[in-house]
Amino acid sequence: MSTTSFETTAPLVAAPARSRLPLHIVVFLAPALLIYSIFSIYPLVDTIRLSFYAGDQTGAQHFAGLDNFRMLLSDPTWSGQFWNALRNNLFFFGVHMVVQNGIGLGLAMLLSLPRLTGGSVYRTLIFLPTMLSVVIIGFVWQLMLNPLWGIAPSLLKAVGLGSFFGPWLGQESTALITISLISVWQFVGIPMMLIYAALINIPDDLLDAATVDGAGPFSVFWFVRLPLILPTLGVVSILTFVANFNAFDLIYAVKGALAGPNFSTDILGTFFYRTFFGYQLQVGSPTMGATVATAMLIVILIGVLIYLFGIQRRLQRHTF
Amino acid sequence: MNRYIRPGRLAVHIALILYTIIAIGPILLIVLNAFKTRRAIFADPLGFPDARTFTTIGFDQVFAKSDFGLYFINSLTITVVSLGLIVLIGAMAAWALTEYRFRGNTLISLYLAIGIMVPIRLGSVSILRMMVELNLVNTLTALILVYVAQGLPLAVLILSEFIQQIPKDLRDAARCDGVSEYRIFGSIILPLIRPAIATVAVFTMVPIWNDLWFPLILSPGDGKQTVTLGVQQFIGQYVTDWNAVLASLTLAIAPILVLYLLFSRYLVRGLTAGAVK
Repeated sequence: MSTTSFETTAPLVAAPARSRLPLHIVVFLAPALLIYSIFSIYPLVDTIRLSFYAGDQTGAQHFAGLDNFRMLLSDPTWSGQFWNALRNNLFFFGVHMVVQNGIGLGLAMLLSLPRLTGGSVYRTLIFLPTMLSVVIIGFVWQLMLNPLWGIAPSLLKAVGLGSFFGPWLGQESTALITISLISVWQFVGIPMMLIYAALINIPDDLLDAATVDGAGPFSVFWFVRLPLILPTLGVVSILTFVANFNAFDLIYAVKGALAGPNFSTDILGTFFYRTFFGYQLQVGSPTMGATVATAMLIVILIGVLIYLFGIQRRLQRHTF
Repeated sequence: MNRYIRPGRLAVHIALILYTIIAIGPILLIVLNAFKTRRAIFADPLGFPDARTFTTIGFDQVFAKSDFGLYFINSLTITVVSLGLIVLIGAMAAWALTEYRFRGNTLISLYLAIGIMVPIRLGSVSILRMMVELNLVNTLTALILVYVAQGLPLAVLILSEFIQQIPKDLRDAARCDGVSEYRIFGSIILPLIRPAIATVAVFTMVPIWNDLWFPLILSPGDGKQTVTLGVQQFIGQYVTDWNAVLASLTLAIAPILVLYLLFSRYLVRGLTAGAVK
C-alpha cells in the first residue's frame, strides 16, 4: 500500500540509532506520509490497476489487459462519447486560456499601475466569485440567463443588443461556450492575482531604464514586462490545464450528469462520473470508470510533462 | 491630495469599475432578490427590496423543507477538522523535511509533489471501494480523510517555505539547553507558523467547503450532506420555487462572503505571496 513510508520507517524503528534515521524524524513524517499514501497515492495506483480488469454480471473481476482502453478508444458505444468529451474539454480549456487568462492579464496590468487608487478594493471584489462554490455559481448564472426571469435579455436590451439574446444554456450550439464563459467569469481572479503579484515584483529600475531609453508604454509592456512574467504565465497555463481537465461541478450543477443538450457540454469529468456511477439508462462500471480516470490521468500527465520539459525550461532563462 | 485626474487614469478606473460590476453584479442580484416577494422578483429584478416587497418567505421555506442548519454544521465540521489536521500534520512533515538532512529527504518531497499536480479525484473509484470496506460511507470521517490527503502536499510545500524563514538561532539555543526535538517543534515552531495558516487556509479550506464531487460520491445522504451538496439537492427538488431557490443560494453564499470580506487582506496576501514560487 504505502511502500514509501514503510521503506523509511522500517529500518528506523528497528534501529533508532543516531547514525541511521532518528526516531523523531519518523514520528514527524509518519502521519503525513501514511494518510497521503493511503488516501491519495494508493487509490490512484489502484485505479490504474483496475483499468486493466473487466467485471462481469456477478461482480467478479478478471484481468483484461488493454481491452478496456481498446474499447474506450474504438468501440462505437464508448469511443463516440470519449472523443466528444475530450474535444469539448479541449475547447473548454481553449476558452479559459484565451478569455480567462487574457482578461486576467489585462486586469493585472491595470491594477499594477503605480499609485492606483482603490487597487485593493478592485482586487478583493473581482476575486470574490472565485471563493464561491462552483455549484452556487452555476445556479446563479442559470437564473441570470433564464429567459423566464429576463435579467439577461433586459440588460442586453439596455445596451442595444436585445436581439442577440437566446436560451444560450439550452441550445446545442451555444451551451458549451456559455458554460465555459461562466467558468471564466468565476476564475478570472486567479490569473489576475498571480500575474499581478509577478508584475509588482518587477524592479522599478528596469521599467524606468526602458522609459528613459525612449520606450513607449507598449514597448515597455512587450519587451520588458511580458518577458519577465512569462514564467508566471507558464504556471497559470498549467494550473488552468489541470483544473479544466478535472472540472465537473459546474456542468453537473447546470446540466446534470448527462451534460445536455445531447452531450454538447460533456467533458471528461462528467463522462467519468457517468461511466463510474451510471446514469438513467446506462449501468455504472467501476472498471470502465477506472479506465476513464486513467485516460484522464494520462491527459493531465501529458500536459504537465509538456509544461515541465517544453515550456518551463525555456522560460527559466528569462528570469533573473 | 492630487485633485487633477489624468484622462488616462479615468479610463483605467472606468474599465476596472465596469469589470467589478460584472464580477459581483450577479451575486448581488441573487442576494437582493432573495428578500423580495415573487411578484417583485419578476416585476423589478434590479430594484432593492422595500417595505412593500420585502419578505423572508424563501428562507422560511428553505429551513422548513431542508436541514440547512445541519448541512452547515457538517460543512463547518469537515472544513475545520480537515484544516486543523492539515496544518498540524503538514507542519510536522514540513519541519522534518526542512530541518533535518537525511537520506530520502528529496525523494519524499518529490513523492509529496505528485499530489500537487495529480488530482486525487481520479482515484475516486478506489477511494469509494476502500470507504465501503472500511464502513465509512455516509460519514464525515471519510470526507475528512480524503480532504486531508488532498490538502497535505500543498500545505507541506507552503509551510516548508515558511519554516525556512524562521531564524535558526531559536532552535539552536533550545537544543543547547537540552530541549527535545518534539518540544522544539511544539513550543517554538508551531506558535511561529501561525501567520502561515492563513495561506494554507486559502488553498485548502475554500476547495474543501465548496467541493461537490466527494460529498456526492462518499456521503450523499443520511443527513451527512454538506452545504454545497445540500443546496444542489434542494434546488433540484424545488426548482420552480424562486423564493426558496434564491434564499438557499443566499444562505450558501453568505458565510463565505462574510469570511472573505473579513479576511480578504490575509487571503489575497497569501495568494500573491505563496503561489508565485
